This record gives sequence, structure tokens and C-alpha cells, in this order.
Amino acid sequence: MRIQLNEQWIEIEQGMTLFGLRQRFKPEADVVIRNGFPANNDQALAEGDGIVLICRGEQPSAAELEALMVARHTPGVHQKLKSATVGIAGVGGLGSAVAVALARTGVGRLIVADFDLVEPSNLNRQQYFVDQLGLPKVSALQQNLARINPYVQIVPWHLRLTAGNIPELFAEVDVMVEAFDGADQKAMLAAAFLGGCPGKPLVAASGLAGFGPSNSITTRAVGRNFYLVGDLESAARPGEGLMAPRVGIAAHHQANAVLRLLLGETPA
Amino acid sequence: MQITVNGKTRQFDAVTNITTLLENLGLDPARVAIEHNLAIVPLAEFSATTISDGDSLEIVQFVGGG
Repeated sequence: MRIQLNEQWIEIEQGMTLFGLRQRFKPEADVVIRNGFPANNDQALAEGDGIVLICRGEQPSAAELEALMVARHTPGVHQKLKSATVGIAGVGGLGSAVAVALARTGVGRLIVADFDLVEPSNLNRQQYFVDQLGLPKVSALQQNLARINPYVQIVPWHLRLTAGNIPELFAEVDVMVEAFDGADQKAMLAAAFLGGCPGKPLVAASGLAGFGPSNSITTRAVGRNFYLVGDLESAARPGEGLMAPRVGIAAHHQANAVLRLLLGETPA
Repeated sequence: MQITVNGKTRQFDAVTNITTLLENLGLDPARVAIEHNLAIVPLAEFSATTISDGDSLEIVQFVGGG
């Protein structure tokens, strides 16, 4: 019968077990994954199984790395995500966290846009480092994502998004993420994208400042192809700053909404 | 004139276009995204978009932070 071992199709005899396979091909492997799930017990193999054998701590070759990363993804899901393109408008607190989550999930292509540079006041919530102060955020993000998953293609735009350039820059996305800071910019992007790229879904965010209850942040449908994350009320203002936990909760609501849309599910 | 806003039908007087509707509702035009009869309307067209009896609007208000 045929199975996939570390992403290569091989022929094995009927009756071969999981640990028998390990003994033959990689006896030193201490992590054994069958069909996207770690296996601790020996078990029979079935036609079409995907098996990955890993030595913990081993630095894999570039060719092996992607197969090993894919190993923890649910079978069937990875190919859909790998062929997907997601746009992210603004890569501050929301956008940088959405990008990290989607890169870890294996989304194939991210188009990211932001005019800003990394500055000290960003580090309380944004996915950047002290040694990146002064860099364009899209460049810093590209560096960081390459260290997480080098198989994600990043298209960085260091510019200010306007109602005029949004439809063109994001014409190829499957799903769009609004991750701006200013309320007027959020509204501008929603109108420009939904009007300029008809039929494509937008996941926006509003109301995530402070340290209010986590569960007040929700994902809801607010129009055709238009989803909104947040508590809709907690504005960033003097006395209510933006803090990593709630910004992260909202960002991951957005990332999961994107994931659900890419997989054909409704986000809310 | 009866207008449905975010799923609720209400009576409005002195509302002729989206700008006057937003004034009536006390909303900042720069911070809302609007679907008028299922079509997205950009900010620049709020004043030119006439509202008629029976129209339906979705108004999404944004607050800052990201």
C-alpha cells in the first residue's frame, strides 16, 4: 500500500505498523505524527496515511522543514490555506498579530500595508522587537514572519493607504483584514474595499482598548461580506490605552474569522 | 418617512440624504461605514445619496484603537 512519509509517497507492505515504519526509516525519531496528530502508541497503518517522523532538536533541511511544519495542520486544510492570499491594512497591534497567526497557520501569501515605522510606544502590544525601532513596520514584520515560516510569501507596501489605492493593492486577496488605529481610517477602508473589491469579505475591528472583560469581544456579521470584531465601544482614549491582551484577543478573533472564511465557513 | 436602520424600522422627518440622516442620529460621518439598500456608499457620496421612504441602511460605527 502507499503512504506518505515526510511528504514523500512510498510503497510499504500490508501489515506494517507505525512504529515498524519508524524502525525501518528513522529509528532515532522521537516525534511521530500520523495524519496531523501526534501518536504515542503503535498502530496499524492505512492506505493514504500521512506520516511524519521527527527528531526533536534536529535542524531539518530546508526541504524537510515545510513538510514538518505542515505535519501539525489538519490534512486537507493546509492546501487550501497555502493557495490563499490575505490582505492586512495596517500592521500595528491588530495587524502584526493577525499576520503572525496567519503565517503560523500556513496562509500562503500576505499583502501587508502600513506607512509607519516601529517606535517604542508600539512595543507594549505589537509584534516587534527593540532592535527593530526605526524600521518600517512592514519590513520588520517581513523579517519576523520569515523567521516563523519562510514559506509564506509577504508582499510589503510601505505607504499610506487611501480610498484611491486600496482596490488596486488588494485586488488579489481572498479575504481582507482592516487593522487600522483611527476610526476614520477604519471607515475609509471599509467603504473603499467593500465598494472597490465587490464580493470579497472584509474582517474589521472596533472596540478593543483597555482591560474590560475578554468575553465582550465578539465576531459578528454587519453586512454582506462584512464582519466586525470587538466590543464596538471601547475606544482608545486618554485613560483607556491599548493593551496587549485585549488587542491580541481581537486580533485572533480576526485571524480565526479569516481562517473560517478561507475554509468556506461563516465566521459568525 | 419610514427607514430601516440596522434592522429596525423607524420614522424620520427632515431626512433627505445620508448626511442629514447621520445628523439626525448624531453620528460622525467620518467614522461610519454605510450600506444603503445593500450598496456600499463612500463618504464623498453621503450628501448626494438620496434617502426615500422604505429604504434600508446598515450603519457600522467605528471607534479608534488597533
